[in-house]
Amino acid sequence: MTQRSLFSLSCFCVLVVFLLTACTQEEKQDSLPILGFREVVNGDTVYHKIKDFEFVDQDSNRIVNATFKDKLYVTDFFFTSCPTICPKVKQQMLRIYDKFAEEDRLVLLSHSIDVRRDTVATLKRFAQKLEVDGKRWHFVTGEEDHIYDMADDYFVVAQKDPNAPGGFDHSGKIILVDPDRYVRSFADGTDPESVDRLLLDIQQLLDETAGQ
Amino acid sequence: MTKCAWACVLFVIIFGYIACQENPYRQGKNLYTAYCATCHMEEGQGLKGLFPPIAGADYLEEHFEELPCIIRYGLEGEIVVNGRSYNQPMLAIKNINEIEIANIMNFINREWRNVDDFVSPEQVRQQLSKCQ
Repeated sequence: MTQRSLFSLSCFCVLVVFLLTACTQEEKQDSLPILGFREVVNGDTVYHKIKDFEFVDQDSNRIVNATFKDKLYVTDFFFTSCPTICPKVKQQMLRIYDKFAEEDRLVLLSHSIDVRRDTVATLKRFAQKLEVDGKRWHFVTGEEDHIYDMADDYFVVAQKDPNAPGGFDHSGKIILVDPDRYVRSFADGTDPESVDRLLLDIQQLLDETAGQ
Repeated sequence: MTKCAWACVLFVIIFGYIACQENPYRQGKNLYTAYCATCHMEEGQGLKGLFPPIAGADYLEEHFEELPCIIRYGLEGEIVVNGRSYNQPMLAIKNINEIEIANIMNFINREWRNVDDFVSPEQVRQQLSKCQ
């Protein structure tokens, strides 16, 4: 065993280690999946895309899909007088809001499912009490059927139920949507650990879509 | 024989340790989590301007006697807590009994008021009879 062969052996080892780490890094950067039903049309996979919507937010601004052009948004369904899970979900939405305070490419969208009581003025007061900026977090209302229709589109359960506390039955899901209107991740808004994972996914999607 | 004695000593130590760790107001904590924490949050800190805190709240000190009525019948209208106004209705918990209310109050006492006062179900019953 000469010194030269020892040298080439160590070079080889370094190369192997380098390649291995390079591969694992590649794996980590895998992009987030597109969620929802998909179909194959003429050999191309067509993914579930969030459909057109039109709502009004707490500042009477018209909120449509184009409002979130080149942005990501997280969305949920709630109502201001909700006595059950909403406050917990709002606390988790606030975590997202605070964590990405410096990031203009992330916006929050909360749909009220109680169109009768949650007027624009009520939503405005609610946003003020939560101390959030209307440009970064939109609380919206609109036509009742349209709201429930959109909940379906985001795979969120929302329905009127006179037997449920507050008169509505709904899930506390928080949905992450990308700039191309695809659903990329979601969390259970009543479970802080589930939201921990969503925070990582948001960061990943922000990195993925940076410079687009 | 000595082996048995040692096993007994060990058992007593472990048992004593577990018994000391036990939160004496476990039912109070569970009820708090089930009924109160959704709005007042786990640490009793409340949520911004929507729901008032319980921990460190002057309102709690001033209205402690009325707590059984507030827990069972809820609260409506504006209240001021630590100088800040809140106006979100608090729901009634109609099916809660005196023992459960006493457990919640004792949990709150221990957790956020640092007082040793013990609230008995009998006291809760008396206060409930005075609710308006």
